[in-house]
Amino acid sequence: MRESGEAAHGHHHGHDVGERLYIHRHSPIHELPPHFKILSLLTFLIICVATPIENYWAFIGYGLLISTLLALAKLPVFTILKRATIEVPFLVFALLMPFFSKGERFEILTIEISRPGAIAALSIITKGTIGVLTAILLSGTTPAREILRGFELLKMPSLLVQIMTFMLRYMNVITDELERMKVARLSRGFEERGIRDWKFIASTAGALFVRSYERGERVHTSMIARGYNGELPKTERPTITKSNQIFAAVIPLAAIAITIASGAFA
Amino acid sequence: MSTPSLNISGLAFAYPDGNQALFGVNLTVDKGERVALLGPNGAGKTTLVMHLNGIHAAQRGEVLIAGKKIDASDKANLREIRAQVGIVFQDPDDQLFMPTVREDIAFGPYNMGFRGAELDRIVDDALAQVGMSDFAERAPHHLSFGQRRRVAVAGVLAMKPEILVLDEPSSNLDPASRRELASILKSLDVTILMVTHDLPYALELCERSVVLSGGLIAEDSPTRALLADGEKLAKYRLELPAGFEVTA
Repeated sequence: MRESGEAAHGHHHGHDVGERLYIHRHSPIHELPPHFKILSLLTFLIICVATPIENYWAFIGYGLLISTLLALAKLPVFTILKRATIEVPFLVFALLMPFFSKGERFEILTIEISRPGAIAALSIITKGTIGVLTAILLSGTTPAREILRGFELLKMPSLLVQIMTFMLRYMNVITDELERMKVARLSRGFEERGIRDWKFIASTAGALFVRSYERGERVHTSMIARGYNGELPKTERPTITKSNQIFAAVIPLAAIAITIASGAFA
Repeated sequence: MSTPSLNISGLAFAYPDGNQALFGVNLTVDKGERVALLGPNGAGKTTLVMHLNGIHAAQRGEVLIAGKKIDASDKANLREIRAQVGIVFQDPDDQLFMPTVREDIAFGPYNMGFRGAELDRIVDDALAQVGMSDFAERAPHHLSFGQRRRVAVAGVLAMKPEILVLDEPSSNLDPASRRELASILKSLDVTILMVTHDLPYALELCERSVVLSGGLIAEDSPTRALLADGEKLAKYRLELPAGFEVTA
């Protein structure tokens, strides 16, 4: 079993970028091999985004579907809501649209509202929320490393997978370094007071960049020393059970069924 | 007599900016020997290490690993050499670049062509050699510094090297980790070249020491005799910790 999500053991420096989103549970969604999960959820999202917002019934169906999946995954509701707040800035933007868009207008409580603007806002909010919930489902049930494995199995270009793998590994090292630089700054009496102190922050960023660049060179040297020839080891294919296959297929099929059914309703 | 693990003769090297680091280094390390490479900062130790697996190409002179000459222009030769010379770098974070310990140790042998069950067995053996078997699935970031250094050693051991080259193996280790690493290194049946400033560590692990100074091997003697000679130590800016004395 992977233990990446548990911060409790071993020597550990606080933040653990990259692994902190994963929530360890036993569920059919956790058990889905990563490439199946990515493909299945991505298809669901594409169907969802391609559905015109006027098919209101379809979106109620999609909402129910993603909620069922989140419940199946046993992710805590509070955590889901907290993570969903990332959407808030987009919501604010969307909520402004009805007031500033052109086109046919109508009045609610003496306020004039643009009809196309309102529809566009509704579309952004609904599809955006379903997208965010899907991302939460994927990241909450799959360790970051497994998501990369999924990309690899889906034949994403090896260079991109390598870059993301290193990002995952060194994000922690670099945030630790940044933290140490911050502590060193504070220890010498630095207090951030405003825009005039930004040059110190900027030079910290510059130093961090140079350090990371040099580390990159050292890592490369050590990779060459162990026979690197342009490829990271391929991971072996995970075993895929019949129930995995069925489960992965059911999600997009359900979405298609919802689309068709909502068409019939309308 | 078996072939020496390492045989360097007349090795000279200057950096592109004209700064010459090595002026004709001669050094032979026999199979199974543990040798400490000492010398002040800037003596050329790191430059020398970079020649041992062809990261730097010899400009003059030659380096032989188990009797085979390093030819930096020949890719197949380099691949073979890099499997035979295991370098453990100073900062384990530079060396442990894969997401988990197991994947990292598998990196070297994978590049050598091992796959499947055999690869697993090699990784398990290497982990056992450094006493890290329980940490295989851990992310390197979750390990202590001493543990990370042990994993870095395992990653190199997994390639079954002819010679293990350690760059400052005791740096940043707490005393317990230092002792643990020493006993691991002693238990290994492999030729070791250890670059270090830590003279007591050299004394504990290596019978023989060589001093690199001004781009040349200036001394080559039993470690104990060298450390007992105050004049020589001062000459090469080598210092024992305060209160530490060695008698010949």
